Amino acid sequence: MEQYEPDRLSPAQLAAVRRSLTGGRAALTRRSLLRASAGGALALGGIGALGACGIPPAGRSQGGESAEDHSAKERTVAFSNWTEYMDVDDGGKRHPTLEEFTRRTGIEVEYTEDINDNNEFFGKVKPQLAAGQDTGRDIIVLTDWLAARLIRLGWVQKLDPANLPHAYTNLSAQFRNPDWDPGRAYSYPWTGISTVIAYNKKALDGVEVRTVSDLLDNPKLKGRVGVLSEMRDTVGMVLLDQGKDPERFTDDDYDAAVARLQKAVDRGQIRRFTGNDYTSDLTSGDFAACIAWAGDVVQLKADSPDIDFLIPDSGYITSTDVLLVPSKARHKTNAERLIDYYYEPKPAAELAAYINYVCPVDGVKAELEKIDADAANNPLILPDRDMAAKSHAFRSLSSEEETAYEAKFAKLTGA
Amino acid sequence: MTALTGAPPSPTPATPPTPAAPGKKPPRARGRLTPYWLLLPGILWLLVFFLMPMVYQASTSVQTGSLEEGYEVTWHFATYWDALSEYWPQFSRSVLYAGSATALCLLLGYPLAYLIAFRAGRWRGLILILVIAPFFTSFLIRTLAWKTILADGGPVVGALNTLHVLDVTSWLGITAGERVLATPLAVVCGLTYNFLPFMILPLYTSLERIDGRLHEAAGDLYASPFTTFRKVTLPLSMPGVVSGTLLTFIPASGDYVNADLLGSTDTRMIGNVIQTQFLRILDYPTAAALSFLLMAAILVMVSLYIRRSGTEDLV
Repeated sequence: MEQYEPDRLSPAQLAAVRRSLTGGRAALTRRSLLRASAGGALALGGIGALGACGIPPAGRSQGGESAEDHSAKERTVAFSNWTEYMDVDDGGKRHPTLEEFTRRTGIEVEYTEDINDNNEFFGKVKPQLAAGQDTGRDIIVLTDWLAARLIRLGWVQKLDPANLPHAYTNLSAQFRNPDWDPGRAYSYPWTGISTVIAYNKKALDGVEVRTVSDLLDNPKLKGRVGVLSEMRDTVGMVLLDQGKDPERFTDDDYDAAVARLQKAVDRGQIRRFTGNDYTSDLTSGDFAACIAWAGDVVQLKADSPDIDFLIPDSGYITSTDVLLVPSKARHKTNAERLIDYYYEPKPAAELAAYINYVCPVDGVKAELEKIDADAANNPLILPDRDMAAKSHAFRSLSSEEETAYEAKFAKLTGA
Repeated sequence: MTALTGAPPSPTPATPPTPAAPGKKPPRARGRLTPYWLLLPGILWLLVFFLMPMVYQASTSVQTGSLEEGYEVTWHFATYWDALSEYWPQFSRSVLYAGSATALCLLLGYPLAYLIAFRAGRWRGLILILVIAPFFTSFLIRTLAWKTILADGGPVVGALNTLHVLDVTSWLGITAGERVLATPLAVVCGLTYNFLPFMILPLYTSLERIDGRLHEAAGDLYASPFTTFRKVTLPLSMPGVVSGTLLTFIPASGDYVNADLLGSTDTRMIGNVIQTQFLRILDYPTAAALSFLLMAAILVMVSLYIRRSGTEDLV
């Protein structure tokens, strides 16, 4: 049985180790001493350390801290964005609009796609922003509710309108005055995101769906309905369906909407609460219909003839992903120039033609027609008057409301 | 002893500091100190990456406050009780799912490990690679693949429906209607699949160590193949069984990806709750308290298990 066992010491080695640890008076006393003192230190230090921890309050000053602006000396800007949220050339490697920006201004763009989820990204940058440190990013793109939170916490910088002439003039009226950032002092929209009802014709098999109520009630769709795990989009659509205004609703309205969803969950009507992964459920037919983001559906529709979408008569929710300059970012002026650049009609049209989300820039239609006539006439990309009239935003929430509402919604999703 | 065996067998430790007392003979002191020097890198690692985060989390769990006002240590131990009474269903569900997945892994993994160790011959290397191969791709992709396999309109669910298997499982309450996805069964399948290699590899290592001559000896003593297995192979492979079940059960009970992608609202596990509390509701104390409760629960279960299986000195 003298086999070689690589992960074990030989008996002789083991004995030697044991001897050196336990044998001899010196070793023994040292060990017991160590044990005693370590135990005491752990107990004392542990309590001390526990008490010493704690998280300082987030800065509450309005307006994030501006660091010294190095824009003039360092001709660069670090731009953090979501994946597939920027035009790419046919090779799939380069971003034509960004290259054009660099050609024109001489400012190099460090473009990273490192944002995948609002909540996760917040968890990632929170320690740095709370400690008043530079995150290494000059521009970040976040969904409006998180942007509102960052503004509330004072973790983003106020923008200088002098550097944003195009943005100021060309921003669509629909997006000008959100209640969480009136007059756009801190943020400019990158895209608008419409929340609609998407369905798979084959899976529906003739069942008619026209409203959110159909999704939540029709027994023929039991277990084949998906809703979004993004609280504002799902609850907002239900509020609209109940005839409430998501821009002005009360706690009771919110509770009623959640109770409505809870009933559907209890009956087994709703299969799952999903993030972006609903796209696979929808194409496979596991979801017959679901609440979905229009930008995705435009893409899915192009790939699969079975997928389509509809806008309920009660209206739909539009949220925005906005550009922000975090506190202590080193290149604020460069960042503002980049924001302004994307509010010129030509780059805005090129971007809109590629990413298929609602374009927040006015006067893009002519440019977009040159690139992609279909896109220019798609109300999901350039909303016409009817579409704009049906669009609603979810009102901003106070910190306490946000916690309470998210907790209620989480209970709905099972956790 | 585990820390010692795990330390790299570096022949010479860093030069020890000169002892404070000059009267002692340096070589002797150095010899006695060697094991401690060998322990040092491991201890430092644990201190920075295990103990410090633990202290930080422990502190968070007894704090109160909000993001805007900051969090202060108020020794609010009620968080633990509140978390437990609110989320005990998810706790017990996690234990149930992880336990079922572990049992399934053992049932699937033992025969395969046995085959690789004793019967595979020259195919041994290839099969081992096949066992590990799924790890070459990401955990997320592997789990998502199950959504395609178990799709409602897919061949698997179609076959199960034809054979009326889903009627039985529906009756047992582990599936719902004519589907597998978004049910407990799908989550347990996902857990089993994702953690199977963690069961097979330790089993294989301990089976492979068994001297083949022991089997011959058992046969010479008129033991039937079954008796040989029961009296020789199984007891000798117990270290593998114990470490395999631990390596499967512990990560499975904290997992949240499978429940998220393959489950529904009634299959959420404790990992999902912690994730939601931490990232979405921003209730850091509750998230930390839940993590500690999970850790304590696993610790208690594991130590009971190890004591019962009586393999302290084998693992």
